[in-house]
Amino acid sequence: MRHGKYPLIVTFLVPPVLLYVVFVVSPYLQAFQISTTDWLGYSADANYVGLANFRTLWNDEYVWNALQNNAVLLALVPVLTIALGLFFATMLTMGGRKGRAGVSGVRGSAFYRTVYFFPQVLSVVIIALLWKEVYHPNKGLLTSALHAVGLAAPTWLGDPRTAFWCLLAVMVWSNIGFYVVLFGAAMSAIPKEIYEAVLLDGASRLTTLRKVTIPLLWDTVQVAWVYLAIFALDGFILVQLMTNGGPNFSTDVIGVRMYDTAFGSETKFGYASAIGVVMFFLTLSVAVLALRAGKRDRIEFS
Amino acid sequence: MNRRDILRRSAAAGLLATPAAGLLAGCATGGGDDKGDAGTYQGTRSEQNPLGVKEDAPLEVVIFNGGFGEEYAKAHEAMYTEKYPKAKINHSATQEISKTLQPRFVDGTPPDVVNNSGAGQIDFNGLVSQNALADLGELLAAPSLDIPGKTVRDTLLPGAVEVGSYDGRFLVMNYTYTVYGIWHSTKLFTERNWEYAKTWDDHVALCKQIKAAGIAPWTYAGAHPRYMSWPLISTAIKFGGPQVATAIDNLEPNAWKSDAMKAAADAWHQIVKDKYILEGSPGLDHKQSQTAWCQGKAAFISCGSWLESEQKDVTPAGFNMTVQPTPSLGAGDKLPFEAIRGTAGEPFMVPAKAKNLAGGLEYFRVMLSKRGAQDFTKKVSSLTVVAGATEGVELPFGLSTVVKALDASGANGFNWVYNNYYRKLERNLVDAACGEFFSGRIGPAEFLDQCQKGADSIAQDSSIKKYKRAV
Repeated sequence: MRHGKYPLIVTFLVPPVLLYVVFVVSPYLQAFQISTTDWLGYSADANYVGLANFRTLWNDEYVWNALQNNAVLLALVPVLTIALGLFFATMLTMGGRKGRAGVSGVRGSAFYRTVYFFPQVLSVVIIALLWKEVYHPNKGLLTSALHAVGLAAPTWLGDPRTAFWCLLAVMVWSNIGFYVVLFGAAMSAIPKEIYEAVLLDGASRLTTLRKVTIPLLWDTVQVAWVYLAIFALDGFILVQLMTNGGPNFSTDVIGVRMYDTAFGSETKFGYASAIGVVMFFLTLSVAVLALRAGKRDRIEFS
Repeated sequence: MNRRDILRRSAAAGLLATPAAGLLAGCATGGGDDKGDAGTYQGTRSEQNPLGVKEDAPLEVVIFNGGFGEEYAKAHEAMYTEKYPKAKINHSATQEISKTLQPRFVDGTPPDVVNNSGAGQIDFNGLVSQNALADLGELLAAPSLDIPGKTVRDTLLPGAVEVGSYDGRFLVMNYTYTVYGIWHSTKLFTERNWEYAKTWDDHVALCKQIKAAGIAPWTYAGAHPRYMSWPLISTAIKFGGPQVATAIDNLEPNAWKSDAMKAAADAWHQIVKDKYILEGSPGLDHKQSQTAWCQGKAAFISCGSWLESEQKDVTPAGFNMTVQPTPSLGAGDKLPFEAIRGTAGEPFMVPAKAKNLAGGLEYFRVMLSKRGAQDFTKKVSSLTVVAGATEGVELPFGLSTVVKALDASGANGFNWVYNNYYRKLERNLVDAACGEFFSGRIGPAEFLDQCQKGADSIAQDSSIKKYKRAV
């Protein structure tokens, strides 16, 4: 067997590594190279301009405005999604306290679990169109509901003061289902005896969540954190379809800025690549920070 | 390594693939040499074949699949193969012109004919400054296909060549003739006994009357508020004369803050101030606002003459939409009330590196023949740049009012082209300023400041090529 080991490993490893290099690594390297040129995208002419694109970027108020919006998303989307996800997952797995002894979910938890997962089944494009109609300022669900109880409704996506929060709500809504399932699965791996012991000690549901469940789920929460942070730095599809960064750039995000620079109102591919490179380093740092900051002693129960 | 480690590491790997993979993967500056296959197919020039088309050369046509669909193009292609039966035509239609074609331009293998239109349109400034477009001058000098004794240039409406010209070279063939004005329903106005107002004061008075009747006087596309920049700039041009537009197009200092623009912005602010705009309009997109207008929730809307075919499915029978010019500010206006903005639109181009360049030009000659133009007007209810091509074609109601408005406007017609020269200025910067202004968040002075700031940022950007409009 020993003689055959290396050929076997090589046969299995080389094709995927090659694919990864060709389709993932090389475009990244190329983007770094393009970001140092003034390439306009529709001819092969590109001049080396050094770091000029990055200097322009530093003074580009639209890029800063977009980054600021991404920063707010980064601060709020993961916290809200994880908090709500944990809450729902807890209720579904161990929220029930009535009736039989032991640990069980609230009544109808199977039904809720399915309903929460709905948004995950829909494509992002459908979610965007759906919510665009919900936010319709004259006949949308939200406006009609507010009017029905005699309240004045804002213009939602049409007002810079509300548009960004409307988008944020959709982002949280569309992500929650997945994390309810993720946390729920992780929770069912926690031995029931632990909860029964906690119950006997008379702990409230909140204490159980805080002192028992979250510490045991910490690794999963951390993974969720990294994923959601990456999502918050992107957010491109929803924003592009629902507001395209408007009104007056109030919902602009860095991904939309990059797309608009290359394919939208201009053809500055060199500059757009520079924005892409900045995005790359931002995402990388955020992910590393999230993993570092969340480091704790792992609790093993098996 | 346990399961959680794997999850965690795959999260880290996911981040390597997430941001912008699409954009980055699409970019390949490639070979770097500028040799293309431009004009690989050459035929012999003759009286019958003035452009030197190789009769069996294949022709690739890419159509923007938008409001006009693609059926009209298939008809043009059939006319082309009638003349060149041995030519094989490769037809495709897409809504994403820039994303689909960008790699092919870089590669040096673009299609022969491109209908560069829609939201995914490629910025013309970028294409022209990179010499990616073929000069169409030869086409203009060629004889018309079926109008005897005239060159193609002679058959076109005034202004059609100017719009597609950059530094004196005719590079973009704009096929349709579009009129921009204020639309209303003749039916609604007859029922209520209202009459379209010719002066601004009367217009405001009419708005008051309409509002009192329980209908919103105006609505607009809040998601694309630049639609409202059209009547505003038109008002200014009629007040101050065509040089108002020339100054804006040539990015002259403070062009947006001219006295005429100030007068126009002040006038339009009245509509906002007096709440003559349908509530919620800032949150509507163009389809939603146009539909609200078709449903009689608002009386006026600003749009181009594609409105009728775009709204075909939701317009009630007998609605009879009519286009009118913007009201005059007063007796001091330089242009009469009838003056309206008319311009060639719906751009077509032949890439400089097209293999069948001559075939591309010949395809345009087919489109610009009387037969080709009439067929287009019949199929999509829009005018073409070919003069007199509507003769003998029965026009739908809205389009017939467009023809009437054009006739009345005559030599007083005007246009601006800054949106072609600097796409970003209209689509991003003026657009955002209009959004703020027409929702009432800023006043006329701030509005013009914001537009001027946008124009200045374009003027100062050395990476954007500047064009001067010939007057």
